[in-house]
Amino acid sequence: MNLNLDFAAILERWPAFLDGALLTLQLAFIATALGTVIGVLGAIGRRSRHPVVSRLCGIYVEAIRNTPLLVQIFLVYFGLASLGLKLSAFTVAAAALTINVGAYTTEIIRAGFDAIPRGQIEAAEGLALSRAQIYWHVVMWPAIERVYPSLTSQFVLLMLASSVTSQISAEELTAVANYIQSDTYRAFETYILVAIVYVVLSLVMRAGFWLLGLVIFPRRRRLGTPL
Amino acid sequence: MHNITRTDTAPPVVGLSDVHKSFGALKVLNGVSFEVNRGEVLVLIGRSGSGKSTALRCIDRFETIDSGEIIVCGHRVSDPKLDLRALRQDVGIVFQSYNLFPHLTIEENITLAPCSVKGISKSQAKEQARQVLAQVGLEDKLRQYPEQLSGGQQQRAAIARSLAMQPKVMLFDEVTSALDPELTGEVLKVIEALAADGMTMVMVTHEMGFAKGIADRVVFMHRGKVHETGPAAILTSPATPELAQFVGTGL
Repeated sequence: MNLNLDFAAILERWPAFLDGALLTLQLAFIATALGTVIGVLGAIGRRSRHPVVSRLCGIYVEAIRNTPLLVQIFLVYFGLASLGLKLSAFTVAAAALTINVGAYTTEIIRAGFDAIPRGQIEAAEGLALSRAQIYWHVVMWPAIERVYPSLTSQFVLLMLASSVTSQISAEELTAVANYIQSDTYRAFETYILVAIVYVVLSLVMRAGFWLLGLVIFPRRRRLGTPL
Repeated sequence: MHNITRTDTAPPVVGLSDVHKSFGALKVLNGVSFEVNRGEVLVLIGRSGSGKSTALRCIDRFETIDSGEIIVCGHRVSDPKLDLRALRQDVGIVFQSYNLFPHLTIEENITLAPCSVKGISKSQAKEQARQVLAQVGLEDKLRQYPEQLSGGQQQRAAIARSLAMQPKVMLFDEVTSALDPELTGEVLKVIEALAADGMTMVMVTHEMGFAKGIADRVVFMHRGKVHETGPAAILTSPATPELAQFVGTGL
């Protein structure tokens, strides 16, 4: 056995790795932000009294959860191209990841909504709050607080899964790595480094979500107890 | 002494006439009629399943009725085109399980509806929150969260939250059933003070001693009907054997 690792050639390419990592973070950020919005709307839609709305949201969730991410990316990529839309690989990647994570987020947030006791909603109705006000003040925030750990894991998973968008040559971290290893013939070293960078990105995201949690859940910050 | 002079022309604050309601095959309300005048305290009593809680919930349209008519503060509750939010601005309701919003402080619980529904300013709402909390003896709990309060304190906070909407009538649905005797006492004292201030109230309770002290009128429900009604004195000298049996076991 002769393991001969040489990181020198890899490490001098650090600006490329940095660019890739930043692009990965950008993709994750966009998909997380838009995915949260889709998730909230999707969860409200799935609970809608109108059967057409709840069916449509159900079909969206099931279609996404039962197909591979890579296939979804190709569908968006070639689908938009065949419609004559020329979008950058980055835009297509961001769109595909958003559509993907939106479906998972919908299910997670719906579970949170369903866990709100009926009495909470009755109390709010008794105070003459409108349906929208009840959703915003009484249902959404406690629901999101309860499912926050599942939500944030999903978003970290999404960041890791974004490596798949290298297949449509979005210049994110894995695509950069593919390029550098073929250039330097140091494949093992390259992917060791990339793995380490992904770990760092995950930790950065988790720290970010922890801080965000402190800001948006003041009760938890003060009391430290689960809702 | 707190009774407001009533004229026969003043419409009742709450009026039910011949209300019928079934849950599936189960007939819960079978022709219920009663009225509550301004400043009056009406106590609904009866066994579990007699329909008293359902009757109370119908007043605030938490249940819809099959037939009959309910008029509350001029709103035709039985009308399918009822402006539900207008009704609920006039009616305050307090539940057995408090139902405070756990993620909000007591102050936020109280200011939420006045700010969102009535559109009053934050500072005005906070001032009002202080007032209603003082009324229930919790002015030091403004910044606490519900879980930091005892059951009795939570229920008093829930009463304060209702009061902040300045309702014309308050409904109490077994508000002390989840509390031990000591905590029950502190909640009942708050309700007594409200009655003394002339608040119109309808309450469902199993506290017979309390009912005797506070009720202007008692409605005894039995099998979905008003079986016996009268002043608080009917609790000590009931006319029907059913009420006699009920208070006999209740006291």
